[in-house]
Amino acid sequence: MVKNKGTTPLAFDEMMNADSSPRQPYSTYHEWYASQDKNRLIAKSREAENIFRKTGITFAVYGHADSSEKLIPFDLIPRIISGREWRKLAQGIEQRVIALNAFLDDIYHKQEIIRAGRVPRELIEKNVAFLPQMIGFRPPGGVYTHIVGTDIVRTGEDQFYVLEDNARTPSGVSYMLENRETMMQMFPELFHQNRVRPVENYPNLLRQSLASLAPPGCSGKPRVAVLTPGIYNSAYYEHAFLADMMGVELVEGSDLRVIDGKVKMRTTRGYEAIDVLYRRVDDDFLDPLTFRPDSALGIPGIMDVYRAGNITIANAPGTGISDDKAIYSYMPEIVEFYTGRKPLLENVPTWRCSEPQSLKYVLEHLEELVVKEVHGSGGYGMLVGPTASKKERAFFAEKLKSRPTNYIAQPTLSLSTVPILVNKGIAPRHVDLRPYVLVSDKVQIIPGGLTRVALKAGSLVVNSSQGGGTKDTWVLED
Amino acid sequence: MLGRTANGLYWMFRYIERAENSARLIDAGLRMALTRSEATEGDWDGVLQSAGVRELYDEVHETLTSIDAIDFLLRDRANPSSVMSCIEAGRHNARMVRTALTRETWEATNECYLEMKTILSRKARPTDMPEIIDTIKRRAGLIRGAFHGTMLRNEIFNFSRIGTFIERADNTARILDVKYYVLLPAVAAVGSSMDNVQWESILRSVSAHRAYGWVYDAELRPANIADFLISNGRMPRSLAYCYEKIASNLGYLEREYGERHAAHDTADRTLASLRSQSIKDIMDVGLHEYLEDFISHNNRLGQEISDGYRFN
Repeated sequence: MVKNKGTTPLAFDEMMNADSSPRQPYSTYHEWYASQDKNRLIAKSREAENIFRKTGITFAVYGHADSSEKLIPFDLIPRIISGREWRKLAQGIEQRVIALNAFLDDIYHKQEIIRAGRVPRELIEKNVAFLPQMIGFRPPGGVYTHIVGTDIVRTGEDQFYVLEDNARTPSGVSYMLENRETMMQMFPELFHQNRVRPVENYPNLLRQSLASLAPPGCSGKPRVAVLTPGIYNSAYYEHAFLADMMGVELVEGSDLRVIDGKVKMRTTRGYEAIDVLYRRVDDDFLDPLTFRPDSALGIPGIMDVYRAGNITIANAPGTGISDDKAIYSYMPEIVEFYTGRKPLLENVPTWRCSEPQSLKYVLEHLEELVVKEVHGSGGYGMLVGPTASKKERAFFAEKLKSRPTNYIAQPTLSLSTVPILVNKGIAPRHVDLRPYVLVSDKVQIIPGGLTRVALKAGSLVVNSSQGGGTKDTWVLED
Repeated sequence: MLGRTANGLYWMFRYIERAENSARLIDAGLRMALTRSEATEGDWDGVLQSAGVRELYDEVHETLTSIDAIDFLLRDRANPSSVMSCIEAGRHNARMVRTALTRETWEATNECYLEMKTILSRKARPTDMPEIIDTIKRRAGLIRGAFHGTMLRNEIFNFSRIGTFIERADNTARILDVKYYVLLPAVAAVGSSMDNVQWESILRSVSAHRAYGWVYDAELRPANIADFLISNGRMPRSLAYCYEKIASNLGYLEREYGERHAAHDTADRTLASLRSQSIKDIMDVGLHEYLEDFISHNNRLGQEISDGYRFN
């Protein structure tokens, strides 16, 4: 095995102990791996790529005219989580998701958390993700965020952090399912040897979960549909995949119209009503009459239908206020406020530069911190202190001083590693984890999720848009 | 089913059908060039006309050469009927209606696209042509096989089939119309060697040169060729065969939906006339006039289907 070369020396290796024995969850797998012909594995790796290519499991990279469809590299060494580890994670995630929904209900109604002085009023009301149109309206079943993808990183044996809550429209679940399908096709024996908890019922659970939250105006069997921005959207494959697996229609805004107070889709037999819309279109584009008037992706008047109780929109408009980076730093208070208990999962320590004490600390420790824009995403407007040049840090310090409220800072975490297959064998690479959560009258957490892995040695960037890959994620029964 | 999905299926299969037809036309053109002692660029003129892209070609090229004509028909994105354009458009539609297709059908379509994109990434050398044509036919065959072997016989199937046969009828009628004059009794009184080449190229353009011999006799006769491509209900590219299929698929939809549209009447009327008119009747009226009329009715039917089933 290739040594820990190129990764942060202190990174926690999820597969191997310091004495070169495998950690317990990986023991069966490691034994299997040791018995494998490495050339066969390399060949299998190419086979997996072919499966993905011919199935069309691709994502679009915006701004690339010709090579508009890309494959996300798949690494065939699974990321394995023990049952004990998972139970701990699942409890923490459930607590957090319950708090998120309670928080949303509160800030769109009584705003008790603001009145209690736990979250500043301007942080909510001046936030673009806060939708005044949702004030006083309670979605069917009181559920705001039906599908959540909680991003988790690990730094030690018992050390997990929530990095982001992704309460709007988390993507990537199709990769979780396709990665498992591919692994089962290529290495069926592994699934005899290891007791891996299934993830493949996700589409059924999703459909049931959505149908159970049909609006009051729905009579009869709820009709569910997936709303996609269309074939050019980066996650189009996933939208089609989920609609297909759930056995529901995949619709675009142009298929839908508000007729007689209902949202209806144009079918070959005429217009038919939809009761639950799993939308993969952002809030801004949902209804040109209410939000962006230039949106061609939405349905004029859908917000009126929604407020009249004739359609369920999942996730609810306005959920973005709960996974905002500025709100993130308040999550420990939010969890405690609504659940009455300390958070089971930790937040990454976050300095709000709006607070003078924190700003002072951040400016003094720029070389060890990651500084993020409050409303930024996808790595834009970000400073990674340890790798930035002196000049970049000085430049950023000025930006910080002039608009401190626009920034937060966090320590650079040493993410855990799981090995990937390389030409010489295996080598550790940093990973994160996104489990998927379904909320209806109950909270269901799918045992597994999407493990994203940085393919470059030492890199902490796992984003697929920046060359990251994925792994099958196993949760063991034990 | 969504109207947009029906539209996507209809066009997916129209484009795949057209890709194959373009390939077949190139094949016939190449063949004609081979059988001539002195190959003329005029052969390609006829091929471009049959493909309905003669004027478009002139917009892109100053002179007519076989190399440019082949490239234009095979891979030029400026030609919406080139093999590559059609495969791309077919696959684009397939992606849009992915949820309506079986995994096998989608994968066959996607693999066809991926392979053709690689093969046609650069200008083809003449020596590569047989293999390229072969690959296109094989790939299209795989899509058809996956489609027939795995798809439910429901509305999805019906809209796909209607797309296939509207396109095919259009192609066959155009091929005949471009060459109608070589089939006229007055001109084709004597089967000169020149006529024979022309006649054979018509049959090759619809992959029917061998089948012709099974149905008629070994000698090529203009009236028989016209009969074969227009009225013979057993010939899978004939107008009569296409309309049998269009009418029966529309009939399934009518029973399934309990709804009849203008398209049903148009299709039934065309089918009835194809069944009742003899080739002699058609020749007497004028082959060219007949085909022109047919092409415009076929287009109108496409529009009526789109309206009736709310494609847009």
